[in-house]
Amino acid sequence: MLNKLTLVETIKKIKAKEFSHKELYLAIEKQIQESNKTFNIYLSLDKQALQKAGKLLDTPLAGIPIAVKDNFLTKELPTTAASSVLKGFMSPYESTVTKKLMQSGGVVIGKTNMDAWAHGSSTETSDFGRTLNPRNIKYLPGGSSGGSSAAIAANMCTAAVGSETAGSIRQPASWCGVVGLKPTYGRVSRFGVVSMASSTDSPGPIGKTVEDVSILFEQIAGHDDLDATTPKKEVPQVTKTIRQGVKGMRIGICYTDHPDLIDKKVTKQILEAGKLFEKYGAQVTIVPVTEKLEKGKILKHDFSIGVYTVVQRSEVSSNLARYDGIRYGQNREYFGVEAKRRIMLGTFTLSKGYADKYYIKAQQVRNLYLQNFEQLFEGYDLLISPTTPSYAEPLGASIGNPMFGELEDMLLEPTSISGLPGISVPCYKDEQTNLYLGMNIVASWWQEEKMIQAAHLYESETPWNSWRIYV
Amino acid sequence: MQSKTQVTSDIVSHIATLSNIPITDKETVNLAKEFTKVLEVVDHLALVDTSSVDPVGQVTGLESVMRSDEVQKERMFSQEEALRNARRTHNGYFMVDQVLDK
Repeated sequence: MLNKLTLVETIKKIKAKEFSHKELYLAIEKQIQESNKTFNIYLSLDKQALQKAGKLLDTPLAGIPIAVKDNFLTKELPTTAASSVLKGFMSPYESTVTKKLMQSGGVVIGKTNMDAWAHGSSTETSDFGRTLNPRNIKYLPGGSSGGSSAAIAANMCTAAVGSETAGSIRQPASWCGVVGLKPTYGRVSRFGVVSMASSTDSPGPIGKTVEDVSILFEQIAGHDDLDATTPKKEVPQVTKTIRQGVKGMRIGICYTDHPDLIDKKVTKQILEAGKLFEKYGAQVTIVPVTEKLEKGKILKHDFSIGVYTVVQRSEVSSNLARYDGIRYGQNREYFGVEAKRRIMLGTFTLSKGYADKYYIKAQQVRNLYLQNFEQLFEGYDLLISPTTPSYAEPLGASIGNPMFGELEDMLLEPTSISGLPGISVPCYKDEQTNLYLGMNIVASWWQEEKMIQAAHLYESETPWNSWRIYV
Repeated sequence: MQSKTQVTSDIVSHIATLSNIPITDKETVNLAKEFTKVLEVVDHLALVDTSSVDPVGQVTGLESVMRSDEVQKERMFSQEEALRNARRTHNGYFMVDQVLDK
């Protein structure tokens, strides 16, 4: 039971001595013992977790157990990025995110499964077996932060962190029926995160409620001298403004008129959400889709699939060049099929004779998306859309489909390549399958507080968050 | 629209060499087909007029961020730490395969 409490409730109750760390950790460890074999969520676990937690009662996070995606370097647990290349690797240094979590009194209880190197949206490309969706084990959890999202859904931790390049926090959060927050690019340090696509990689929290992820966001965000892409900007105190609602906000509904989405349940839910925000004083309008840059319209997302495919593969080919098996890890024969595909395609799109046609062209179209959002956020405070086109896909859906992730994440790619922040909250549950849909709320750069206000309001006024009954 | 890119097995072999990825003949054939298919999606970008747009490589607008050129001793690894994850070491050095002819 204690493992089902939200982060907010856990901190409050443990500080009030309503229960002990021992009781909390026993409940979580019991859940892990019962279900980890089935779900395959944790790749490693810290046996000293409880011992560490005991000393942390008077800290902001009060010694609560946090699940960490296995692409954050940790000194005390192996880091593999779910690839055989890094099997058994013990990092000699700590990532900034995990360091900050520990300084705030969090305990890294274990490292979670993911798509190998974060290449994918299914957690099916992990070299250590796929993770199952705890809501329904015939389905995928999504990815690449599938393990962290599943750990939340299965109550195997109190809070979690993942990382997103284009959808890797929000898409699995949506499929697992949990909350995922992708901060503005540069808001959270990438130092010590296994590099994938450096110009879009964004670490962020995954949790049970909007308030839970807001607490973690405040703890991990901020400038870091060790990551030159983190500006010296003040971190908004999002837990203080979370209850301020959406009164006076201008909210745009995006992509619901796209032919692929028009008849979907999720589209209906987003339009309903628009009505709810209107009821609470927001000005809500539909943003028409356009094929060319036009004032007041949103560029259709289809082009962003091509942009992301090229930019991501190109950056991957460069970042994964370092794995030579000399200083650490195994040699390049150990790369899985997906990593090989991406490294090679990226090498191709950067190679002589093709770089202009692919890499430069993609970065030009990326600029069009940037200009489009700069202009749109002059007229809007928030943009909302479905997180993914539909429910979680069944097991096996990603196998043999090199564009699986790109198609599942197509609604998130335009904002990801532009570095914008977004949050996914559950917006429907299918009673038959027990699977969830998610709503994506996007704010302008560095304005995470606005999307958190809207997400919290939505969560409080709708029945879709499965932890509501425990609050 | 620009012409479709047909990725041949020869191109795949060439990029496998460039990226130091060992692949079998069967994989080469499959990858050639897959890359051709993926690039069809990417070729869609040719429909977008970018004649007056600059490429962007990053989104924060930060440029040439420097730190002071000082040794940060607390971040230095001991020799033992640096070698700990290597599969092959010799007398405190990393061991590598011979790349030059004898």
